[in-house]
Amino acid sequence: MILSGKAAIWKDYQKEIADDRYFYVRSCVRQNFFPGAETTFLRIMREELGKDVYEHPCHTTCTGIGYHSDVVPIDTMMTVVARQFALMTESGYENLVPSCITSFGIYTEVLDTWKHFPEVEEKVRNYLRKATGREFQIPKNLAHASDIIYKFRSEIAAKAKYKLVNQITGEPLKVVEHIGCHYSKMFPSKGVGGAEYPYVLVGMIEEWGGELVDYPERRHCCGFGFRQYLVQANRGYSMSCSHKKFESMEPYKPDMIITNCPGCPMFLDRWQYAIAEMEGKTYGENGMGIPVFTFEEVAGLVMGYNPWDLGLQAHQVSCEPILDKIGIPYKKEEKYNGIKGKKLGKPEMPVKLKCC
Amino acid sequence: MTNLYELLTADVRIQEGLKACMNCGTCTAICPAAGFYNYSPRKIAETVQSKDETAIKELLCSDEIWYCGECMSCKTRCPRGNAPGLIIMALRSLSQDLGYFTESEKGRQQLAIKRTVGEWILDYGYCLYLEGVGTDLHPEQGPVWDWIQEHWNDHLERLGANYKGTGPGILRKIPEETLVELRRIFDVTGGTERFNRIEEFSEIKARELGLEFGEGTENEYFRHVYSSNNQKHSRE
Repeated sequence: MILSGKAAIWKDYQKEIADDRYFYVRSCVRQNFFPGAETTFLRIMREELGKDVYEHPCHTTCTGIGYHSDVVPIDTMMTVVARQFALMTESGYENLVPSCITSFGIYTEVLDTWKHFPEVEEKVRNYLRKATGREFQIPKNLAHASDIIYKFRSEIAAKAKYKLVNQITGEPLKVVEHIGCHYSKMFPSKGVGGAEYPYVLVGMIEEWGGELVDYPERRHCCGFGFRQYLVQANRGYSMSCSHKKFESMEPYKPDMIITNCPGCPMFLDRWQYAIAEMEGKTYGENGMGIPVFTFEEVAGLVMGYNPWDLGLQAHQVSCEPILDKIGIPYKKEEKYNGIKGKKLGKPEMPVKLKCC
Repeated sequence: MTNLYELLTADVRIQEGLKACMNCGTCTAICPAAGFYNYSPRKIAETVQSKDETAIKELLCSDEIWYCGECMSCKTRCPRGNAPGLIIMALRSLSQDLGYFTESEKGRQQLAIKRTVGEWILDYGYCLYLEGVGTDLHPEQGPVWDWIQEHWNDHLERLGANYKGTGPGILRKIPEETLVELRRIFDVTGGTERFNRIEEFSEIKARELGLEFGEGTENEYFRHVYSSNNQKHSRE
C-alpha cells in the first residue's frame, strides 16, 4: 500500500509492537515503589487479554541506574543486557518487554550502538561468552510495557467498568501525561508518536474517556537526573524540576497525572508532599495533591480492580478524589490491610499536605 | 603525557555524541540542568571539540561535568545530531578512570553511588534494594514510606510480590549462580575495576581531607560526600 498525505507523515510516528509471546523484564524502581503496578500489568495481559508473557527467574537489573549515574561502565552494562537477551533466546522468545523506561532506553541504546558499531557487538558477545558461556539472538521486537497496553487500549476499553469521566458533571477528567525522558527523547522513532507527539499515554487517556491537558512544561524531566536524586546533596535539582512542572500545570487544574516511567510517578508524588511540607504549597483540590498514577494502575482502575490491589495505598498523595470522581467504590477501612484482612496500622498524616 | 582527547574519542559515546558542534546553544536552552546549575552543555561540547588538553583536564577535575541529569533532552533537539549528554558520560568515565573525579565536590559523590546502587547490583541483582532505606536518608519519601518500611513483607505480599522467594516475581531472590554470573561480567568488562578505582582514589582523598574512611555508609567520608553542598553550584 502506498501511503500519501497525512498517513505518510504519521507513519514516521508509529512503531511496530508485537501482539503476543512477550519476554518480560522487571523494573528495579517499580518493584520497590509500585509492585502492584507490575502485578496488575501481568493480570491484564494474562487474564484479560489471554497473552503469553514469560518472566525468567534469573533475569536481573539491566544496571541502568548504575550506568546513568556513571558507576557502571558501558561495556559492563551492554554485557548484562546481552545476558538478558541470552535468557530470552534460551527461553524461546523474541519479543522483549521491559517494565522500565530507563531499561527501555538502555536496550534501545545498545541495539542502536551495535547497529552503528558491529565490532562493539562482537566484543560484547565475547565478553558474555567468557563470563557466562551464553549466546544470544537480538530481539525481534522491543516494546515498553506501556506500548503493549497502548496497543490493546481498545480491548481494555471494551472490557472496562469505568471511564475517566467525572460521574457528577459528565465531563472527561483532565489528565496530565508524563512519558519519561528515556522513552523517546534519545531515539524518537522507537516511541509511539516520537519525541514531538508522544501518543503512548494520550492514546490510553482518550480511549478510556479522559481529556489530555497540554501545558508548557509537559516535556520537562520529572527531575530524577539519576545522581541528582541518588545523592542527598543534589536533591534540590530533582525537586526544582518537579516544582517547575507543577507550577506549569497548575493553571489547567488537572484531575490526575498518568506516567510511563517507574521513577516519574514516585517523584511527582513525593515532591508534592515535600513542597507542601516545606512551602505550604499544594496543587490539588482542598489542600490535597494532584493524584499521580502509573499507566498500569489507571488500566486497573478502568477495569474495576480493587484500588488497594493496585497498590494505591503506597502513594503519598491520596488517590481517593479520583476514585470519588469516577465513582469507583472502595473500602476506606481496608486501605492499609495486609492479606486476609491483616491489620497493619496506617501511616501518620503529613503536617500540611491533606490526605485521606 | 596521555592525550586526553584521544582517550575520549575511543569511547563510542563521543563518536555518537559529538560530530561537528556549531555552538548554537539549543542544548543549553532545553537542558534542565542548565536551568538549575551554573552549567552549559554547549560549553562542554565546545571545550571537547577544541581538543585543548589543558581545558579538557580542567573539565575532568571540575564540578561541571557532574551537573547533567542524563535526561538526554539535548539529543532530541540538537540540529546537528550531537548529544552533549553522551559527551558527559564519556567525560565522567574518563574522570573516574584517571582519578580526577575526587578533585570536585560533585565528583567525589561517586563513592556514595558506588556504595549504594553499585553494591546493590552485585549483592542483590537489583539497582535498588530499599528494605531498610528509610526517611532518615530520604525524608521526602514521607510518612507513607515509614509505614511501608515498617510493614515491608506484609505490604509486598498484599501486592502479589515474591519477596526473597524462589522462581519469578517481584523482588524475588536472585539465585546465587546468577549473582556469580553478574560478578564475572563485572570482572571481565571493567566494572569491578571501575568500582576498585572509585574506592582507591576516594581513600586517598579522604586522607588528604583528614576524614575517616571506612566501609559502608557509616563513616565520615561517606557522610561528607553524600551530604556536602558548598552552595556554589546553582544559578542564583
